[in-house]
Amino acid sequence: MDFHSHEFLIASLARKLTGSRHIAVGSASPVPCAASLLTGALSRGRTRVTVLGSKKQVFFTEGSRELFDSSAQGRIDAFLMGGGQIDGQANVNLMGVGPYPKLSVRWGGNYGTPYLYSLVKRVVLFREEHTRRVFVPKVDYITAAGVNEPNVYRPGGPSALVTSLGVFNFNRRLRRFELESVHPGHTVEEILDNTGFEFHLPDQVPVTENPDSEAMALIRGRIAEEVAEIYPQFAERYLGVAAVKSNASRV
Amino acid sequence: MTMANNSNIIVSLDELISHIHDGCKLAIPHDFNGMYSGAAMSATRAVIRRSVRNLHIVGIPAGGLQADMLIGAGCVSTMEAGSYIFGEFGVPPCFARAAMAGKIKVLDSSCPAIHAALQAGEKGIPFIPLRGILGSDVVDHRKDWKVVNNPFGEQDPILLVPATNPDVTLIHAPFADRSGNVWIGRRRELAVAAHASAVTLVTVEKLVDDDLMENDLTATGVLSNVYVTAVSHQPRGAWPLSFADEYPEDTAHLRQYVEAAQTDEGFQTYLDRYVYRQTEAVA
Repeated sequence: MDFHSHEFLIASLARKLTGSRHIAVGSASPVPCAASLLTGALSRGRTRVTVLGSKKQVFFTEGSRELFDSSAQGRIDAFLMGGGQIDGQANVNLMGVGPYPKLSVRWGGNYGTPYLYSLVKRVVLFREEHTRRVFVPKVDYITAAGVNEPNVYRPGGPSALVTSLGVFNFNRRLRRFELESVHPGHTVEEILDNTGFEFHLPDQVPVTENPDSEAMALIRGRIAEEVAEIYPQFAERYLGVAAVKSNASRV
Repeated sequence: MTMANNSNIIVSLDELISHIHDGCKLAIPHDFNGMYSGAAMSATRAVIRRSVRNLHIVGIPAGGLQADMLIGAGCVSTMEAGSYIFGEFGVPPCFARAAMAGKIKVLDSSCPAIHAALQAGEKGIPFIPLRGILGSDVVDHRKDWKVVNNPFGEQDPILLVPATNPDVTLIHAPFADRSGNVWIGRRRELAVAAHASAVTLVTVEKLVDDDLMENDLTATGVLSNVYVTAVSHQPRGAWPLSFADEYPEDTAHLRQYVEAAQTDEGFQTYLDRYVYRQTEAVA
């Protein structure tokens, strides 16, 4: 079956979310949004999905602070995050490049991530660009810390990292990433060449599974429509949803 | 019941924004689409025309187009928010330029800390603890934050952030009644900000003749006029942003804005065309 690389990433990311009770996904990230919705659709009602920025996909009646309060209550057990820079201890930088506050490039800031990364049980990192520019030995600024000292209250943290080249798991005890699989058409060498931090490399690294036909049908149907409510430009470009249609579905 | 004392609460746009003084701490909602809408954009253009200066903006909990325009127009000296989001357009351009050039003081926070600080503000307490965040560099850079040991626990560090009490909260809402009860629906973070603020200013799409406090169906979504200083009738008052179910964002205009705002000159041209030469509708 033919599929677009974004469709492959959506399906790969969704596999890292399987079994979650309630996934929340942030506001600047169409692929994670689609992956969360796909997990929800494949779960047949067991996984709830909250998408920030969507009116249909949120449960809040007390305002957006409910995202944070419900996360601290343990009601949200999976969250997806991106990262401008990510290092080998799973520290994430969303602030910018350079010595803060004298940044040479300014990104969006901290968002809720320093909080959610600590409190949500399973946080899956997604960054499509797999380069040494992104995967650095040490981030310029720690927006959200991958690990804390043992006495710090921390029920949650990083669990996996999905990129355009492969899938890593994060071992919280050993404080490092472990390569789980390499996407078809790519190699372990390519991952080593393009990763600026050290990670555990098992003797055998399997190839990441292709999306199955059920996942593909959902991505191209229901998920594309739902994503278009929030990310009309992305849906139009990568998932083939016409802008006219997305506007109609918003009313 | 709520009528008589508030007959002067409905005012013109100029009168509304006359409450926004130089140097005040001004809380504004984030203007991302869907549930976050509620930015008073026609009022923002009026603030720019009035050349208000040295504002300390608090984004609830983020900054977007509204903050970007105020910054670009030179109205802002301090910008405080958890993040900066401009839909699919990336980081708001005037903000990024001013922040990197050191033209404004940027108080980077985190979204839940902004919400919690306003909740402390509405409770009239000086600070509030919140979980998480420890290990982030934001804790070291915010000199006004503290990490203490949980007094009810042992060896349990926890973050404290000081309360936020804005001088003014400025929002746009779907409708209000003639005595200034404002319907905000599920956007209760706007009520929290209003409770914490000395002054709350609201523009609305519609004014209705019913008393919104009279039945529970509307009253539960209301910000009571106890917390409201003034209301101005501003149909399409969130343009060019989307507004709840009323209208979608004007994407073509936002694209034009983002292109123009890449440079100071381009932004000035935008202001000349869409802010200084336009006068807003007055109720």
